[in-house]
Order: sequence, then structure tokens, then C-alpha cells
Amino acid sequence: MITITVGTATCGVSAGADKVLETLSSLVQEKGQGKVVLAETGCMGMCYKEVLVEVSNGDGKFLYGDVTPDIAKRIFEEHVLGGRPIEELVILHNYQEGPEEGYLKRQRRIALRNCGFVDPMSIDDYLARDGYKAIEKVLKTMSQDELIEEILSSGLRGRGGAGFPTGMKWRFARQQPGSEKYVICNADEGDPGAFMDRSILEGDPHSVLEGMMIAGYAIGARNGVIYCRAEYPKAIVRLRQAISDATAAGWLDHTFPGTDFSFHIKIKEGAGAFVCGEETALIASIEGRRGTPRPRPPYPAVRGLWGKPTIINNVETFANVPWIVLNGHEAFASVGTPKSKGTKVFAVTGKINRGGLVEVPMGISINEIIYDICGGIKDNKKFKAVQMGGPSGGCIPASMGDTKIDYEEITQTGAIMGSGGMVVMDESTCMVEMARFFLEFTQNESCGKCTSCRIGTLRMLEILERIVEGKGEAGDIDVLLELGNQIKSTAQCGLGQTAANPVLTTLKYFREEYEAHIHNKKCPAHSCALLVNYVIDPEKCTGCTVCAKNCPVNAISGERKKTHFIDQAVCIKCGKCITVCNFDAIYKD
Amino acid sequence: MENTILEPREKEERLPRLNSELWKYCDQPGQLIPLLQAAQETYGYISESAIKHISAVSGVPESEIYGVITFYKQFRLRPLGKYLIRLCDGTACHVNNAKMLKAVVEDELGLSGSDTTEDGLFTLAPVACLGCCSLAPVVMINDMTYGRLTPQKLRTILRKYKKEGQAADSVQSEEAE
Repeated sequence: MITITVGTATCGVSAGADKVLETLSSLVQEKGQGKVVLAETGCMGMCYKEVLVEVSNGDGKFLYGDVTPDIAKRIFEEHVLGGRPIEELVILHNYQEGPEEGYLKRQRRIALRNCGFVDPMSIDDYLARDGYKAIEKVLKTMSQDELIEEILSSGLRGRGGAGFPTGMKWRFARQQPGSEKYVICNADEGDPGAFMDRSILEGDPHSVLEGMMIAGYAIGARNGVIYCRAEYPKAIVRLRQAISDATAAGWLDHTFPGTDFSFHIKIKEGAGAFVCGEETALIASIEGRRGTPRPRPPYPAVRGLWGKPTIINNVETFANVPWIVLNGHEAFASVGTPKSKGTKVFAVTGKINRGGLVEVPMGISINEIIYDICGGIKDNKKFKAVQMGGPSGGCIPASMGDTKIDYEEITQTGAIMGSGGMVVMDESTCMVEMARFFLEFTQNESCGKCTSCRIGTLRMLEILERIVEGKGEAGDIDVLLELGNQIKSTAQCGLGQTAANPVLTTLKYFREEYEAHIHNKKCPAHSCALLVNYVIDPEKCTGCTVCAKNCPVNAISGERKKTHFIDQAVCIKCGKCITVCNFDAIYKD
Repeated sequence: MENTILEPREKEERLPRLNSELWKYCDQPGQLIPLLQAAQETYGYISESAIKHISAVSGVPESEIYGVITFYKQFRLRPLGKYLIRLCDGTACHVNNAKMLKAVVEDELGLSGSDTTEDGLFTLAPVACLGCCSLAPVVMINDMTYGRLTPQKLRTILRKYKKEGQAADSVQSEEAE
């Protein structure tokens, strides 16, 4: 039997996986009945090669990348029917050799162990890979305290950003009196540049359900809620299916023989508010209120959903749990650094050759991720900085690329581990504009409850907007620093306390760029539209007049077949001329 | 303005549908957001009458409902275009020139000042991140996601929707006649 598998997570579908699947499905019906099986799977992490198609037969597993319907047809005819792999298109053979082998070599897959290898809509696939064995083991052989001890000794820390020890959270909730407790899975992944939670939910939803059940047993809860972003429709569909399959198969809503444990999980769709990733705001939102955070303590482990003890863990954290239970805390703790154990999933994006999801052992360096795994910077440009931790994080400059992936080491740079977004920037990215972009995001998402976040971030944003428009004034940097540090120390929740991080870190490492904008009215990265001049290179200009015809303000003059000229006083810097020139003759200065 | 969109007769026909959605959630605590989501799914937006209705059923004061609606980005107090264009301006898309795509959409659809086209076909909604960062820049139209866009590609896609939408509209008006 030959199996063809198509990756149909959101990233695959947006690259055209639906059409590839359609093509293959009609081919299989037409010519492959009885000998070819067509399957779907979640995200393998190699987003840069989507659409991915795997052909698995007696000769092993062949992975094809950048598949179009036409290529799919060729794969079907030549490989599936003809038995001859199309060598030049195979990117990986048995996930070990091939042109893309570097991408997987340094990775260690624990949270993503099933992603890309199981059909997320099939509980049988999950069961075949030790699915629901962990909850079985827990119920048969472990007491609640033994289980919590196991998670504690593994050293697992919250993967949502703050890195609080998971076992500790569970112990607090376990120690609370009362029989009504809750387990919440935080799937409100809102950081721009992070999509690992989505990939896990779309690629391996059962592992999250199982992790939640184990947590439920540990603290004595019978109910779980998954709070998922409404922007992830596919993840929600697959979760629903997984919950109904797990219920039908007797894992959920079912009292296990010999115990009094049963567990129920429901999904709550978010309604679009970034601040709801903060745990107290998330609880308010589940309760049907405005999602504004409240001061802690009391922590949710003491007083959470409906006033009852509640633990809130992130998707990736839950996905790690069944693995730890099955393989033991030693196996997990043997990976990583003294204080950060296990692996972390990163979503690597931006100006990078191989953008996608990577799961690496803690302790690996940023450079190793960027160069060894992700193949370096796009178009051979220079690596400038990497933004970690989304809008709450900061920019780490290329000169500190040896920084190790470790909660404490990253915090020292001024950035944070965060949920694992890693946006790579090259020399053409303006750091001031980047800081403005992130601040605009947080300012937009500020819930408005506390003054320093609501108004402080707005004042900072106004200053940054002036600077990128070339209207910066002496003293602006000092005001930014003062405001940033004040917001950091006075805002009520994590969103506000970290809002200034992107500005503070870029000021720390790229202060000269701010100064160039303010004092010389220049953008060193040639990125800020209002601070660049568009110039025509006389060597390259052929006098075709296309730019002059397209200029909306008639700033370009010149006779046909003679070099043209841009009048800087008239130019509104819209950049249209660059996009229409066929000879690359216009550059930014 | 929102009340003029539905004819009174039409409103009456639709309310029972909303009602059944309401009752499905009504006994659960924390029902307000699912109720609003159901109302929005039925109408495409949350009308004043829907707020009154939900208040009557759930016992939550209208003012509080309004507060919740305005807090979350998902909820709309005005009707939505037939095609919702979610334009991603997340980090990766931003670095890959999402701004240009916004200009393309506005130019192609003739949007200026308003987020919905006059013919009611398109609504443009910039969003923070669609989570397809490695395919940046990305635009989502209704439930379809389009990645690795260039201005030209986006224009072609928009024109396709325009054609489709106008064709469907003319069929509807013929039927009405």
C-alpha cells in the first residue's frame, strides 16, 4: 500500500494545499483505487516549503516541497504509479537525508512529536503513537502528589512566556480546598509572529486534550476549558472533532474504571482582544465580561474561574505533559540548561531563508537557530537583530547571537523568551520603525484600565511617530526612556509592564539609529518613507518615461530617451516610481 | 443606520432563529459572549434590537452588553460587507510590506474613509496577526487565506471576488423582479 500525505494546516492551505489535495484525490479515485491511500496531516514546521506532500511506500518516506497541482500530477504519475521518485524535487528522504536535512538535524521534537506525522482528525493515529497512554499510566500507577512531583522534577516551565514552573502552579491549585476546580488551556495566541500553538492545535489536538486531563487529575478538577482565538477557525474545527472523538472513545466524559475520575472539556472562542492572553483577563472573558485584568494575588490557582481554584497553562505546555509522564522526568530534564529544561518551539519568520516552526533543545544559541537550522538571512543580506517575545519582548542585536535559549539568559538581554516568536531582521529593517510598530500594537490592545498603560504608551507612540516622520526633537530619547521605565514599574498587568520593552531594547542596542532620525533626519536602513530620497541612476535610466507617467504629483521630468530627474521638493515619497521602473534605475538614498 | 438594513418583516422572520440560539446558551453562566457571537453570526453584526433582546433574555443590562461589545474587536455594530478582507499587519507581514497591500485594496475597491464599500460587497479590516507569518504578506478573504502576495496578485484576487459578488447580486435582483 502506498500512502500520500498532504500537509493541510492553515499555512499549507494558504499556500494552495486544497488544490493539491483535490488534484491528488481525483487521481487516486481514477487510477489508484485499492492501492493508494490519501491522507492529511498537520504542520511539519517547514512552512517555507509549503505545500508539502509525502509519498510513503516500500522504499521509505519521500517528502516533496513547493508542490503545485502540476507537480502533484507528476508525483502521482512518476513516483506513485511508476515507482520512480522525482529526485530533483525530493527535499527529504526518510526525514534524514536530502537538501533540507539541515532543517531537522539540530531539532529535538517533544511538543511537536506528532505534528506532521499523524492525521489530526484521526484518534486512531494518535492512539497508534502512544496516545492516551499517559493518562492511563497516571490513573493506574500514580497518586496526585506523585504526578505533581514528577512534573516538578522534570523542570517544565510555562511555555506561554513567563516561564513559571508548571508543577508549582499545579501544587498550589491541588492544595486548595473544595471539589470544584478548573483547568484552562490558554490558546489565545496573540503575539504577532507566533503560531506554534496554532500548529499544535491543528496538527495534534489530542495531545493537548490529554495534557489537560492529566492536569485535571493532578489538581482534582473535572472540567477543562480551552480558550481559543476566533481567528483560528481550523484549530477550533479540529479541536471540536478531537473532543467528540475522545468522548466517543471513552476518554472524556467517562468515569475510568476503578477511579472516580472523569473529565469534561469545552471550547470557548475568544472575541478578539490581545489582553485576554493575560490570565485574569482571560478568566473575565470566559465569564462573559470585558477582558480587563485584575491585580494578583489572589492568583487563579487560589481564586480563578467562577471564584474557584484554576490552573491556566499554555497549549505547548500541555503538549509536553503526556511525553513527560510516559518518558519520565529524567528524560525531559536531561535536555536543556540547568534552569531551563526540555525544548522550546520557535516560530522563525522575517528575513530568513527557512521560515517555519523549529523545536530546539534549550541551551542552543540564537545563531545556531538562525544559521544552522534556518539557513541564514534571505538574499544574503546582513543579520541585524532578532525580535523575541513579540510586543512584550525586545530586539537582540546580531552581536549577541551567541546568547543561549534559556529563560534567564534571554531576560538579561532585555528581551523575553515569550511564547516563542522570533522575527529576524536584516540591514534594511529600521529599528525605530520596528519599535513604533510594536508600540502601536500594544497601544491598540491596551484595555484602558490603568492610566500608565493607556496614556503612557500613547505618549510614547506619538513621540515615535514624530521621529520616523523626521520631526524628532532633541530630548525625545530621554522622555522615551523615562516614560518607558515608569510604565514598566507602574502598569498593572503583563501587557503594560512589558509594553515598553521593544523601545527600551532598541534604545539600548540601536541608539545611534534613533539619533540619526532625530538629528540628521536620516533613516540608516533607508526604510522610513519620509526620510528617504528617491533618486534616478543616470547610468541605468533609459528615458522610457514610465516613471514620469506614473508619478501622481508630476515630480519627475525628462525627455524621452534621456535621463529623468526627480524634483525632491515636489516628491511625496510614495515609492510608486520604484515599483514601475523596468530597469532598476531608481534607488532610495 | 443599522436598523434600516433589515425590513421589519424580515426582522420578525429572523428573530426566532436568534431566539433559539439564545436559549441554547441561556442557562449557562458566562453566556453573554457566545450569545453575542450567535447574534453576530445570524445577522453579520449586532443591531440595537439584538442588544435589547439579549438583555431581556439574559438579564444582563444593555449598558453592560454595549461595554462588552465595544471591548472585543470581533463584534460589530454595523453590517459587514459580503466579503470580509482581513489584512494582516503582524510583524512578519509588516516587514514584508503589508502597508502596500492596504493601499492596493483601498485603491482597487475605492475605499476612502469608510471600511466598507458602497455596494456593501467588501469590508476591509486590518488585523494584528493571522498566524501564517512564514507566508507573509497574508490577506484573508472570508475563510480563504492568501499568502506570499504581491500587489499584482492581490489585485487579481480582488477582481475575481468583485466579479463573483456583482454576478451574485444581479441574480438576486432578477429573482426579486
